[in-house]
Amino acid sequence: MSPYEAILLTIITASTPLLLAAIGELVVERSGVLNLGIEGMMVMGAVCGFAAAHVTGSAWLGVITATFAGIATSLLFGLLTQTLMTNQVATGLAITLLGLGLSGLIGSGFVGLPGVKLANVAIPWLSDLPYVGRLLFGQDPLVYVSISLTVGVAYVLNHTRMGLVIRAVGQNHASAHALGYRVVAVRYACIAFGGATSGLAGAYLSLVYTPQWIENMTAGRGWIALALVVFSTWLPARLAAGAYLFGGVWILGLYAQGMGVGIPSQLLSSLPYIATILALVIISTNRRLSLINTPASLGKGFVPDR
Amino acid sequence: MKKLLTALASVALVSALSISAVAADKLKVGFIYIGPPGDFGWTYQHDQGRQAIDARLGDHAETVFVENVPEGPDAERTITRLARQGAGLIFTTSFGYMDPTMNVAAKFPDVKFEHATGYKRTDNVSTYGARFYEGRYVIGQIAAKMSKSGVAGYIGSFPIPEVVRGINAFLLGAQTVNPDFKLKVVWANSWFDPGKEADAAKVLISQGADIITQHTDSTAAVQVAEEQGVYAFGQASDMAPFAPNALLTSIIDNWDDYYVDRTQAVLDGSWVSTDTFGGIDSGMVFMGPYINMPADVKAMAEATAAAIKVGELHPFAGPVYKQDGSLAAAEGETVDIGSLMGMDWYVQGVDDQL
Repeated sequence: MSPYEAILLTIITASTPLLLAAIGELVVERSGVLNLGIEGMMVMGAVCGFAAAHVTGSAWLGVITATFAGIATSLLFGLLTQTLMTNQVATGLAITLLGLGLSGLIGSGFVGLPGVKLANVAIPWLSDLPYVGRLLFGQDPLVYVSISLTVGVAYVLNHTRMGLVIRAVGQNHASAHALGYRVVAVRYACIAFGGATSGLAGAYLSLVYTPQWIENMTAGRGWIALALVVFSTWLPARLAAGAYLFGGVWILGLYAQGMGVGIPSQLLSSLPYIATILALVIISTNRRLSLINTPASLGKGFVPDR
Repeated sequence: MKKLLTALASVALVSALSISAVAADKLKVGFIYIGPPGDFGWTYQHDQGRQAIDARLGDHAETVFVENVPEGPDAERTITRLARQGAGLIFTTSFGYMDPTMNVAAKFPDVKFEHATGYKRTDNVSTYGARFYEGRYVIGQIAAKMSKSGVAGYIGSFPIPEVVRGINAFLLGAQTVNPDFKLKVVWANSWFDPGKEADAAKVLISQGADIITQHTDSTAAVQVAEEQGVYAFGQASDMAPFAPNALLTSIIDNWDDYYVDRTQAVLDGSWVSTDTFGGIDSGMVFMGPYINMPADVKAMAEATAAAIKVGELHPFAGPVYKQDGSLAAAEGETVDIGSLMGMDWYVQGVDDQL
């Protein structure tokens, strides 16, 4: 494997969990809900996915379990914010704290056990192509899932009736309600979708990235995913670009260090964040464009009048 | 529903009160950890020490711990809380807790504090650390014997003296076997981020390193080494279960005896502020089983560890040259303790700049 392939493969591995978690949150926010609990849903996915894979020996069962663990955690958020009308910001933070604590409890029996790694895709002939084979046809399956989800979300949001309803609910829930759409039901569905992809992102960490369970192994990636959603001004294509930009700068920073380039490591470690902030500033200079996409009802609860 | 909750809450409160009433005559020993006890690395070993107190002094002392405490203002708040809750002895187990520990100690003169790997002391603050670098010297020699490419990758956490000392000791050990041995360094700027530690290991391997060693707290790096077929060393605890084919040995911290002794000292009233710096000789640092290596390499490593133990060999014995070529210790001397404690320079041969 040539060094450039190794770099690109590492970048893709670093970016995929961010993209997975962020694409779900993008849909959640497009429906007008701000879920700050990504980190908690991710870590729940990571622990449940690891546990299921370890017990059954099947990485795929782990992935499925992780998805449902993410959904279950997100539905708790949904119940609190959509039905019981709690504050979304506070509830999201609580879900993160709950997830980090509960996952530690669930995972205490799984610490230090060997994991099951989700095998890479291997298509005969295609995967062996020089230079591009491993990159295009030999990744782990979740990389393809993350890209398909991004394309799918972009299509659904912009070209289908369902996408229109989701956006309407996020822009102006009172109007959507007046038109006869079930605002709360739509939001529940979006929250569950966000939970599913966050659970997948967690599974990526505990079944692909570092196949083991370590407490708190998400290490803040949920927050980066959250920032990426804003960075992308709620557009899926930009979201993917942002996730790969972040992953790219992150890995290249490590490369530069290994090469002995005389840049302080603290600066290199902060570069992904600086790059993201810069991109955010540049994008938000076009105020009109940002405003068009910002869901106007973001973070506001909705009580249907009966 | 609300009544039920209130009832539950009051039951919980009453039982909590009754527990603390029973335990009031015991010495309460508090710990704050930088990571989770389940990291199987640094914090895991400290937690083993805490459990040793429970096991050996359980009749007179009880322990409490707070995990995942960030270095900074949060640490000060957490230490204060432990002190307020009546802890008589508090172990703060990361370098970055130094100033928070000093600040809280000033407010609670009757509480004894023990800060790991730091250098600030007062009447009620002791410091303790271990000469991990002795182990680093041993694994450096093993690395140079086992490496085919002559390049090792070192994943550092933060460029603080403790970590820099380990890097230098590793390379000095390696250079006794292969004077041209190269060392690449990547800083994770985190003690605990398994994903980033794994990324760093992948990067170092793709740049030609066939030995991975790390001064971070998780097992991620040794797992990457296992997967990619290069050698690795365990740090802080025995990491062999995570990399049965890649691991050569581990440098293991053993805080059990120290923690029990210091707790006993508080119970006896004989506790005084001290500075402890234990090495292979005192058992605070010891080497895990030597595996996956030929018998001659194992014999060399054992001989080196034994020589360090009896004091015949000092990893920083001269001549030691700094990266810029200046002499840090001449032939027949060793690098003085002040330079060791505040080490902010690399030895010659490190492919990185501080």
